[in-house]
Amino acid sequence: MRKLFGYSDQISVRPGDTIRFMVSSLDDTPYRADIVRMICGDTNPKGPGFKETVIEASANGDYPGRMQPMHDGSYVTIPGNPLLDGISSFTLQAMIWPTTPRKGHQALLGKWCEKTKSGFSLCIDENGSTALCLGDGSGAVETLSAESPMIAREWYFVAASFDAETGKMHVYQEPLADSPGIGKATFAQSTSRIAASGPNGVPFIMAAQHKEPGSRAMDARYNGKIDSPRLANRVLSRAEMAMLVDGPMPEVLESDILGWWDFSRDIPTTRVQDLSANRLHGETVNLPTRAMRGFNWNGSEQSWCHAPDQYGAIHFHDDDLYDAGWQTDFELVVPDHMKSGVYCARLIGADDEERIPFFVRPPAGTQTSDVALLISTATFMAYANARTDINMPFAEVKEGGITVLSAEDVFLQENAGYGFSVYDKHSDGTGVCYSSRLRPIFNMRPKTGLWSFNADTHVTDWLESMGQSFDVVTDEDLHQEGVAAMAPYRVVITGAHPEYWSTPMWDAMVAYQHRGGRLMYLGGNGFYWRIAYHDQLPGVIEMRRAEGGMRYQSAEPGEYYQSFNGELGGLWRRLGAPPNTLVGSGTVATGFDSASYYRRTEESHDPRAKFIFDGVGDDELIGDFGSLLGGAAGVELDGANRKLGTPPHALIVARSEGHSQLYFLCPEETPYHHPVMSGAENPRVRADLLFYETANGGGVFTTGSISWCASLGHNGYDNNVARITSNVLKRFLAPEPL
Amino acid sequence: MTYIDPDRRDLVAAFNENPHGPHSPELQRLVNALRFELDTTGKYVVVNTKPHEEWTLAQLPGMRDTAMIMHHDHVFTSLEDAERAIFKLRWEAATGETLE
Repeated sequence: MRKLFGYSDQISVRPGDTIRFMVSSLDDTPYRADIVRMICGDTNPKGPGFKETVIEASANGDYPGRMQPMHDGSYVTIPGNPLLDGISSFTLQAMIWPTTPRKGHQALLGKWCEKTKSGFSLCIDENGSTALCLGDGSGAVETLSAESPMIAREWYFVAASFDAETGKMHVYQEPLADSPGIGKATFAQSTSRIAASGPNGVPFIMAAQHKEPGSRAMDARYNGKIDSPRLANRVLSRAEMAMLVDGPMPEVLESDILGWWDFSRDIPTTRVQDLSANRLHGETVNLPTRAMRGFNWNGSEQSWCHAPDQYGAIHFHDDDLYDAGWQTDFELVVPDHMKSGVYCARLIGADDEERIPFFVRPPAGTQTSDVALLISTATFMAYANARTDINMPFAEVKEGGITVLSAEDVFLQENAGYGFSVYDKHSDGTGVCYSSRLRPIFNMRPKTGLWSFNADTHVTDWLESMGQSFDVVTDEDLHQEGVAAMAPYRVVITGAHPEYWSTPMWDAMVAYQHRGGRLMYLGGNGFYWRIAYHDQLPGVIEMRRAEGGMRYQSAEPGEYYQSFNGELGGLWRRLGAPPNTLVGSGTVATGFDSASYYRRTEESHDPRAKFIFDGVGDDELIGDFGSLLGGAAGVELDGANRKLGTPPHALIVARSEGHSQLYFLCPEETPYHHPVMSGAENPRVRADLLFYETANGGGVFTTGSISWCASLGHNGYDNNVARITSNVLKRFLAPEPL
Repeated sequence: MTYIDPDRRDLVAAFNENPHGPHSPELQRLVNALRFELDTTGKYVVVNTKPHEEWTLAQLPGMRDTAMIMHHDHVFTSLEDAERAIFKLRWEAATGETLE
């Protein structure tokens, strides 16, 4: 059982910077913190062995533990305003697309405090029907329901009004689709014995409600879309309500309208604009998904940038999470003596241990090596807290073996509130689009499975084993600084799985190569998906699972464009920039039951490639060993393809073979499914080892396999995978043009 | 759908001999059929209760925010043994016949 964990406010720092650590100790147990340099996080007995070194740091010491709660679920909050506190009669209305109408009570629009049972709320009741709740704060509550359960994933016009003078309550619920199976328009009315209270200490909220004033804890968290929410200061007729649904604000009703929120404005931001004269602007909390198709989306445009008026919906989820918002427990001013590398804040206590990773770069304007290790932080975030092994029915057949869960997996299964990865689905079955690092990320840790962060410590261990100095650069640095982050370095080395790339990151890599940089891509399935970082919000990425690619969930049609920046999301290959143009190869297949080896090709004897195989025999099988599935060619495989942009002069110096029947071509490699798809039958299921020269004396070396790095440490680094990789590094470090 | 023939004890023997595979196409079809369930409620998994040393049989609850169903009386010291045990449970559930 995990009991001690945390996160940091930053992931990449330099000497002199301050990094803060937020910790939760579930039993309030004290703990010991030490800063450690992480060399190898792999505890697998078949691997190179776990290695870390304690660093002298002011942050090292004993700390009192405290439990810090998670508050997931997204909503919109409108700050307190006398206009809202003074409401007596009103009309609330919106277009909604509920995704779990039967999950229980869910708030849509209102100013309701659950603790004092006060205020008013347009909501979905326990039966899945639109309802109006009034509370006077004395405990008396009046509820009026449409008594007609809604159907998931259908648009409805919903509204409610209350007349403070007569006590009349009205509720409307009307499906947009004219179909017998979806139900009919419903209208309910009654007379309330009470009035909604005036000021109740909570703001006007959409898609949730406050448990109590001043608390971050919310309940009645809604799943689904809300579009065109409106609030009027009197009872509107049905005809007047119709005038508020779409189009410009009617002049005749302007003085009656308290709030006319337009979610199609400021889509890339957390801001919610009120177009009424009152300007009751609000903020989204926990990043509900924006740039969502509205009720009026007609398919004529696929991008929200081209028709924002058709993207006036926000999709709220009861498990959205951006920033856990915990209090700081300790901080570290990065001392000058911490050389660039991979570090963790190691916490020990409560019968548990935790390591929160962060990365230290050299002082600004300096470099301590000609080698930069590019840390795939975007990919680490993409997989953050993934529950795919638990929630995907095909997980076991895909893996070709029983599902093995760690203590972290069990904790996340039993505690849904820690946010999901962009591989997961929300509780309502829709795909997760955003992933943040401002929360504990249980699988971005040493001592976890050989994936993402932990797998890449094989590279740091390999470099350390050779006494090779290196600086680190993270994906976030590359995104923010562009090519300048890599330009000083003669060689850039990637980890095993640099899968997620923002456009600025991609452009920086292109520029680096044009300047004569040398790139060693030591992985597979790299340069695969486009993501976006947010311009203002730190530590969060967006991913839209558009058509093509290996996906555990997929975006809805018309929702392929990223809300953070308006770019089309999805595969770089599908965007017209296949990874082959950047590293010579692109993903062709995946398999998780076994790994194989490479065999040298005739092209490996080309004089241009001679340096690669120094000390390697002509007939040696390359990498028929390793701590990840037993081979250097495995898990996710990349192959050359001239039609996709592999440079014509690229040398395929080795090719893997003998992959199993549980390896399969990836979807974008085959426009039609047929029986000859597996590694046992299809010759395109293979990894290519590539080398080619680039402009201005640069070069690219590509392994095309995720398991390559896990073979480096075999036999104490005395093996042909380590030899080849070291040969390439040695030559790439030499100043002579390639 | 793959018909699971209770008389094919030869496939059971082949699986027990080499639970991690690679399997013959015929055995792979059987293994896939036993492993694939659209509803994950009750699906057998193992929890790595001592890293790299001990695995405990468990079942997925099928709902988020819900405790795993742990079978602490079924503890394995190798993943091969865990594979065999789960195969046996599934085979017996599918065929109604007991395996030795």
